Amino acid sequence: MLPELSHEEIHRYSRHLLIPDVGLEGQRKLKAASVLVVGTGGLGSPVALYLAAAGIGRIGLVDYDVVDFTNLQRQIIHSESRLGDLKVESARDRLQDLNSEIQVDIYNEYLNSENAFEISAPYDIIVDGTDNFPSRYLVNDLCVLTGKPNVYGSIYRFDGQASVFNAEGGPCYRCLFPEPPPPGLVPSCAEGGVLGVLPGTIGSIQATETLKLILGIGEPLIGRLLLYDALDLSFQTVKLQKNPDCKICGENPQVTQLIDYEEFCGIPACDHTSEEWDITASELSARLKAGAPMRLIDVREPHELEISRLEGAELIPLGQFASRLSELDSAEEIVLICKSGTRSARALEILASAGFKKVKNLKGGVNAWAVKVDPSLPIY
Amino acid sequence: MPTLKIPTPLRPYTSGESTITLPGETVAEVLKALVERHPELKRHLLGDNGQLRPYVNLFLKEENVNQLQGLETPLTEGDTLLIIPSIAGGKEHRRDHAP
Repeated sequence: MLPELSHEEIHRYSRHLLIPDVGLEGQRKLKAASVLVVGTGGLGSPVALYLAAAGIGRIGLVDYDVVDFTNLQRQIIHSESRLGDLKVESARDRLQDLNSEIQVDIYNEYLNSENAFEISAPYDIIVDGTDNFPSRYLVNDLCVLTGKPNVYGSIYRFDGQASVFNAEGGPCYRCLFPEPPPPGLVPSCAEGGVLGVLPGTIGSIQATETLKLILGIGEPLIGRLLLYDALDLSFQTVKLQKNPDCKICGENPQVTQLIDYEEFCGIPACDHTSEEWDITASELSARLKAGAPMRLIDVREPHELEISRLEGAELIPLGQFASRLSELDSAEEIVLICKSGTRSARALEILASAGFKKVKNLKGGVNAWAVKVDPSLPIY
Repeated sequence: MPTLKIPTPLRPYTSGESTITLPGETVAEVLKALVERHPELKRHLLGDNGQLRPYVNLFLKEENVNQLQGLETPLTEGDTLLIIPSIAGGKEHRRDHAP
């Protein structure tokens, strides 16, 4: 039995009721529906806002983070007045302000293998608005094991991907990507950046697909992967097939329960570079002042050096690092620098495996240098 | 000659080039020409066994080459091969956003 709509709801959803494909019955289906949005960031913001506006009766929000200043460039559910607040609380308040008729549940925790079944149990559909590989494989496997559709979206710089996995017998995320890349091989938005509007486009597509699944209308993005290139303004779809050898949804599944996704994605239990290779901004400053001969190598992209840089640092972008090793001398003391210490850690791995011993990684990168040593530099 | 479309995350390894036209009559030959021209791409695309990495897909006219003849899929003049990598978004590590 679908729930009835009040007069006020009929008024509110008038523009939906006018569409024959939605109509009263469709709007009642939306009211009866429940959707879990994993992540309340770039993708989760537009997804949750549009689902709330559309009258989805019950929305769950999972995140374990607080609103940060650098989020506001794209995470439009949050606002300046909520900086430092829990993201799920900031998002819930915004949704209830938009639509007080709906139920919004919040989970201020990481979705993980221990809590995922319980958190997801009340919901019909799961939207993947996560920002990392372990969470994406977890959401996928959870959807396959519980038989729920996984409305997928992913973004990087100007490129977006979207699909509906594990619905109506279609392929799952693992059918397309059986294994994640090793940590560090694929740059993250935190390093590579993302156009602020991009998650708006992809998240809106995820919200649309969610509504279509609930309403049972149109051709959902099942068995297809949408590729969006904002620079070319091109949308392209490619066909996805179910992989008979898929480890979770194939003919002989080997994954029959949720696993340790950090381990699966090759992420060690502690920080991926050991501290003995680190040098703090304060230590580096002291050593440079003492006149220690050190070669500073900045592994960021050239345009990032216009934002901030350490005096005397030379540029070797990480992408060219392996082919420019001949420019470095293992007898010299080398300090590697990037924005926050992640890319330089990767450069350090390259140097260490080439036999370099006198190498240090500037902990926290040029941003830490700006905080601890040179406050005239901006943080980005 | 076939054309390869390089996705944004791999462009740092192609000096920023987004489309590259290369000689080759099969997917394998074009990939070989690609990694000869841009050696740093190799570890992103191909494993030690010479097979495509499990987090990279190649598509030819909407079809995954794995559903065609894999690396031996023949290519003709004017074909465009799409490289589709997995992208995760925001943060590299879940642990990065521990408070």
